[in-house]
Amino acid sequence: MIRVTHVYRFSASHRLHAPGLSASENAELYGKCNNPYGHGHNYQIEVSARGPVEERSGRAVDPRALDRLVKEQVIEPFDQQNLNTAGTIFEEVVPTTENLAREIYRRLAVSWQSVFPGAWPVLEKVRIAETPRNIFEVSDNA
Amino acid sequence: MLVTKRVEFSASHVSRNPILSDRENEELFGAAANPHGHGHNYVIDVTVEGDPDPVTGMVLDLKKLKEVVNREVIQTYDHRFLNHEVTPFDHVVPTVENIAIDIWHRLAPHISEVGGQLHGIRVYETDDLYVDYFGEAA
Repeated sequence: MIRVTHVYRFSASHRLHAPGLSASENAELYGKCNNPYGHGHNYQIEVSARGPVEERSGRAVDPRALDRLVKEQVIEPFDQQNLNTAGTIFEEVVPTTENLAREIYRRLAVSWQSVFPGAWPVLEKVRIAETPRNIFEVSDNA
Repeated sequence: MLVTKRVEFSASHVSRNPILSDRENEELFGAAANPHGHGHNYVIDVTVEGDPDPVTGMVLDLKKLKEVVNREVIQTYDHRFLNHEVTPFDHVVPTVENIAIDIWHRLAPHISEVGGQLHGIRVYETDDLYVDYFGEAA
């Protein structure tokens, strides 16, 4: 088994504002991330998949298939968007990078079989850097 | 405890399986099948597992590890056309996956010279593509 990781990037804006909290509670909790007009990040995501190396291609993961999946499920819906208004769960769910990591993992997992119909490779984890200093990682057990 | 030594080499390769036709190779690998090859600056992270020695405070001598990696891997790989000059890539496609596995096999028998146990090999082909290999057992 080998783990293959591809790195992708997208840029988006968001505003952290929990609908269950009051305006002053939101301002206190999220600070400047609660700015009503939002703010943006250059997100960098690492998608890791695991599998045996196929003899014919020498690969464990077809890079074009993974690129296509990530483009459809992550880059196209989120790149150059305001996450809070882009027609995804973040119209309801606070677009923290924790929630974004889970949503990206979920999106990839749901469509994985359509792109990788065999037993391998399997999706292992998604790691997302909101900035180079704030990094979040989710896997199937988290 | 895990200790990682990073080394680099530059090499060219072509993603091409010699048992396949030109057309099959192009379909499988796209631009990477260009028979004249193309190159990368590869970055290798060699990770060794062990306990720090109570006297030296070190898991291993990183200087010695660097010497072993240079001797067993870098001298063989650096500034080479992998398909033509480095075994087993005359018959194994030199994808980043297979490079990581080959480096593992070259290093694993020699880590005992420096102490600790080989834990993993990470190979970056570019900043945006890397693989991790932890041996057959993992």
